[in-house]
Amino acid sequence: MSVTLLIEQLLNGVQLGTMLFLMASGLTLIFGVMGLINLAHGSFYMVGAYATAAITASTGSFLIGLGAGIVAAALAGALVELIVIRRLYHRPHLDQVLATFALILIFSEGTRLIFGSSPLRLSPPSWLTGFVTLPGDTRYPIYRLVLIGVGVAISIGLYLLISRTRLGMRIRAGESDREMIGALGVNISKLYTLVFALGAGLAGLAGALVGALQSVQVGMGEPVLILAFVVIVIGGIGSIKGALFGALLVGIVDTLGRVYLPIFFRAFMPPSEATGVGAALAAMLIYILMAVILAFKPKGLFAAHD
Amino acid sequence: MKNMTRLGLGLLLSSSVAMAHAEDVKIGMITTLSGGGSHLGVDVRDGFMLAMEQSGKDDIDVLIQDDANRPDLARSLANEFMQRDDVDILTGIIWSNLAMAVVPAVVRQGTFYLSPNAGPSDLAGRMCHENYFNVAYQNDNLHGAMGAYMREEGYEKPIILAPNYPAGTDALAGFKHLYEGDVIDELYTQMGQTDYAAEIAQIRASDADSLFFFLPGGMGISFMKQWESSGVDIPIFGAAFSFDEILIKAVGSAAIGARNTSLWAYDLDNETNHRFVESFREAYGRTPTLYAAQGFDTANLILSALEVAHPDDQDAFREALRAADFDSVRGEFRFGPNHHPIQDIYVREVVEGDDGQPTNRLLGIAIEDIQDIYYEQCQM
Repeated sequence: MSVTLLIEQLLNGVQLGTMLFLMASGLTLIFGVMGLINLAHGSFYMVGAYATAAITASTGSFLIGLGAGIVAAALAGALVELIVIRRLYHRPHLDQVLATFALILIFSEGTRLIFGSSPLRLSPPSWLTGFVTLPGDTRYPIYRLVLIGVGVAISIGLYLLISRTRLGMRIRAGESDREMIGALGVNISKLYTLVFALGAGLAGLAGALVGALQSVQVGMGEPVLILAFVVIVIGGIGSIKGALFGALLVGIVDTLGRVYLPIFFRAFMPPSEATGVGAALAAMLIYILMAVILAFKPKGLFAAHD
Repeated sequence: MKNMTRLGLGLLLSSSVAMAHAEDVKIGMITTLSGGGSHLGVDVRDGFMLAMEQSGKDDIDVLIQDDANRPDLARSLANEFMQRDDVDILTGIIWSNLAMAVVPAVVRQGTFYLSPNAGPSDLAGRMCHENYFNVAYQNDNLHGAMGAYMREEGYEKPIILAPNYPAGTDALAGFKHLYEGDVIDELYTQMGQTDYAAEIAQIRASDADSLFFFLPGGMGISFMKQWESSGVDIPIFGAAFSFDEILIKAVGSAAIGARNTSLWAYDLDNETNHRFVESFREAYGRTPTLYAAQGFDTANLILSALEVAHPDDQDAFREALRAADFDSVRGEFRFGPNHHPIQDIYVREVVEGDDGQPTNRLLGIAIEDIQDIYYEQCQM
């Protein structure tokens, strides 16, 4: 196996990881600050992708579409928080799961009513198509490199937001003691709406960016949601740093596993069986990874509450 | 028993309502109308209902229910249709796993089932049944036909790719069966996978001269879009399931040049097909997919058999179905001994249409009179 293939696959893993981070950071913030399990996070991903596809199609500009996608997802998040989620903070987790699962169904069927059941078309803008040649004669799509760049920029931005700003201070305070910051006079319900909208906006950004690579269709958020949950469990629930490391770890392990496990099994098995066994094991790999990490670190790699 | 309830109901209703003719026929349609991949069910339904409307018959009652692509729901809908509504014929299921959950029980209980899409190998082989008819294809057909076509076109080092689930492994097996040579590599992806960067890098690293893939629905869209930006430059082939008119419009320019096998094409030159495509476009404002064509054919087959006999006269109705005496949009159509079609499979190429959108253009016949390989296991 050549080194160039390995480098390319590592880039693919990092790219998958950065997009997972956009999803997982919002999910973990919402859980960390409000103690809420939000299954509907994948719906914001879908809302972002659909809004971007629709606006891009009508304006012809991917950037305007992208902005609209983020705004639409953040707005949807804020609305959902005000109308539904607000009533759930003091309920047990099971009620939260039930209510946010209902939101998934409402969002999915609502989207189908508005946009129909056929997948929408969304492609990267023409100035981002094509590929660059990396050292070692590897061709790599420009768009994927841009995704990595956006992911890195968002990570830095989130870090600065949380460690350097007043809002970040409140978020951190909310994570460590919810009742105390309320008692100190911080408008807690405004903070909650803001955090929820921020998380939803990040999910919408991920949906819009990834939607241009994949298909924009009803139910596109749920597979990503499952991976995002794996990421935040590995990283430690409530921790942004954990979400970043967890996302990169899951992205790289998943990508490399899919490529190298079948090759590994081919060393001592007939090719067709090796492909099947390798592919099956690759599908399980991140869950095995999660189980191993939880066995040694039951609260995840960077637990927020010890 | 069935006739007795019918008689009882008839006695109850005959005085008040005039609808309970002895000749009335009830058809239950269970298909996927919501959730991911629902455009297949919508097209089957629309094609089916178009044929029903065109027949002008008012003594046929079509009841439609959405299975949401869930086997358990499909099963309970089938029971409801048979027990509460007492339907004579069931049809509509899109996915093979749903068909396997529903069809065996339905036909055992003496109801006819006509498949407008799914064609799992078990129902063509050891679990075939005299009341089960497949009007679409056996699952292997299109993949096998592409294998034969690529062999004939002189591709020597294909790499093949499918999701790791029964229909995926069947697809690759079907391809290899008629390709009759060695493929350079087989790649299995996860079901529902959306990122194919790893697989595309592997394809680039191999020295394959062509790619055959089976990725139905959204998986195909994702793959094609990522393929285009990867800069890998080998021709791609697949079955129509990844290249229906709706999917390629979502894929965009990335689909241009791909060749795919189908049992039908909208530009297939025969009188029935011209009329079908024209009236479908008029009624629904879009070009029909192969699923719509299959729904249309299924309805017309039922209509042709109803001319001969009522489903209550099971033997006569079955014979009439078997004769397949209807005008198919595919041109010639006949059933093999296991009630699966023996038909020509065509090759289409995705080209840029007059409106700038990608569309399929018929290239020619991939293989003539293909028959599935399971009919020998079928004893009915």
